[in-house]
Amino acid sequence: MAAAADLSSALKEISGAFEKKTGVAVKLSFGASGALTQQIQNGAPFDVFFSADMDYPKHLIDLGDADSASLYQYAVGKLVLWVPADSPVKLDEGMKILLDPSVKKIAIANPQHAPYGRAAVAALKHYGMYDQLAPRLVLGENVSQAAQFVESGNAQAGFVALAHAIAPGMQAKGKFWEVPADAYAPLAQGVVVLSKAAHKKEAMEFLEFIKSNQAASIFKKYGFSVDHK
Amino acid sequence: MAIDWQTFRLTLQLALVVSAALLVLGVPIAYWIAVSPRRWKFLVEAIVALPIVLPPTVLGFYVLVALGPHSPLGRWWISLTGHTLAFTFTGLVLGSILYSLPFAVQPFASSFASVDRRLIAASATLGVSPLQTFFRVIVPLSLPGLVTGVALSFAHTMGEFGVVLMVGGNIPGVTRTVSIDIYDRVQASDYAGANQTALLLLALSFILLAIVYGINRRAWMIGPVK
Repeated sequence: MAAAADLSSALKEISGAFEKKTGVAVKLSFGASGALTQQIQNGAPFDVFFSADMDYPKHLIDLGDADSASLYQYAVGKLVLWVPADSPVKLDEGMKILLDPSVKKIAIANPQHAPYGRAAVAALKHYGMYDQLAPRLVLGENVSQAAQFVESGNAQAGFVALAHAIAPGMQAKGKFWEVPADAYAPLAQGVVVLSKAAHKKEAMEFLEFIKSNQAASIFKKYGFSVDHK
Repeated sequence: MAIDWQTFRLTLQLALVVSAALLVLGVPIAYWIAVSPRRWKFLVEAIVALPIVLPPTVLGFYVLVALGPHSPLGRWWISLTGHTLAFTFTGLVLGSILYSLPFAVQPFASSFASVDRRLIAASATLGVSPLQTFFRVIVPLSLPGLVTGVALSFAHTMGEFGVVLMVGGNIPGVTRTVSIDIYDRVQASDYAGANQTALLLLALSFILLAIVYGINRRAWMIGPVK
């Protein structure tokens, strides 16, 4: 399975539970959704693709590389403002901390091809801060790299996935503030089974498992919201 | 989408600064490697060669951490200038110097080592100072190796990707190089733009290398071949 970088903790636990239940072994490859889409278009041998948005799966369906009936919105990601644990800013002031003189660089994912980057730009525009702060933005190739820029101390703040901020090992390194949901378009994340899947039966089984309450509670634990319709 | 000329200017500027810096830094290191009688010099050679085997993203990650406030070097720079070296042109230059170091030092060192020792001894017996001997005997005889080293580090820096990706932050006009621009275009499915840009980079690199190797051939013919 190919999966977006923000899923690494959640999907490892979900596929562990799936393996225990069915005995089917799962192999995971993580990357930026855009990069994985390129690879799938060019024949990468994946069975299932978990994107960080809905557009890339739809794009693959349009190209005939994915099965349209399998498209499912498995979770909604949340954007947070993240600063290092030793940052002097008062995080409860929210977006205002970005204007603090100690914040010289702000890391975001590349909005050209990363859904979390687009959400970060939308949030900055929503608060009318984009034009002022644009010169201070540094772009990570994906949202994990944006987090790395902050973690290494080179950027003093960044917009990352809630999934990163609360991941084991990251909690002690930084503090986060959840960006209000009305500031950016919902980060609905979709999964599809690929047309050339070599293990279609197992892939469909996994998809069913993703729709279960057990999987939903794991997604929630790792910072996603799940709305079952 | 059309070609972004700013990224080309920036990339050429980076390659120029890095290859010039490597000429200045690489010559003493290479000369020491070529002539030093120290038994442990193989350790220095191994360290210089490391960037060849280290994945550029790993090197870039180390540079990112080294430039940040968690390292003594990063702290020193921040106390001096008030900002970190990451996401700046200077930061890219530093990363690229490390990344291209072996491509300058190795050709330099092998050409220094191939200079006939008797000519150096003769120069010394004629009362010429070691520094003058270096510039008037060793450098002219090593010219092809020096040109090759500068050309390789120039070309290597032009095509650099991993290190820039890790420490650059993709800022237009500051750290967005041609290779990053191409990657972004592919990610955004702008295949036509990616293609044009890549083709221009390819043509430019070929022309530059051809010119340098052409000059090098002439240098061989003018210079005395041992």
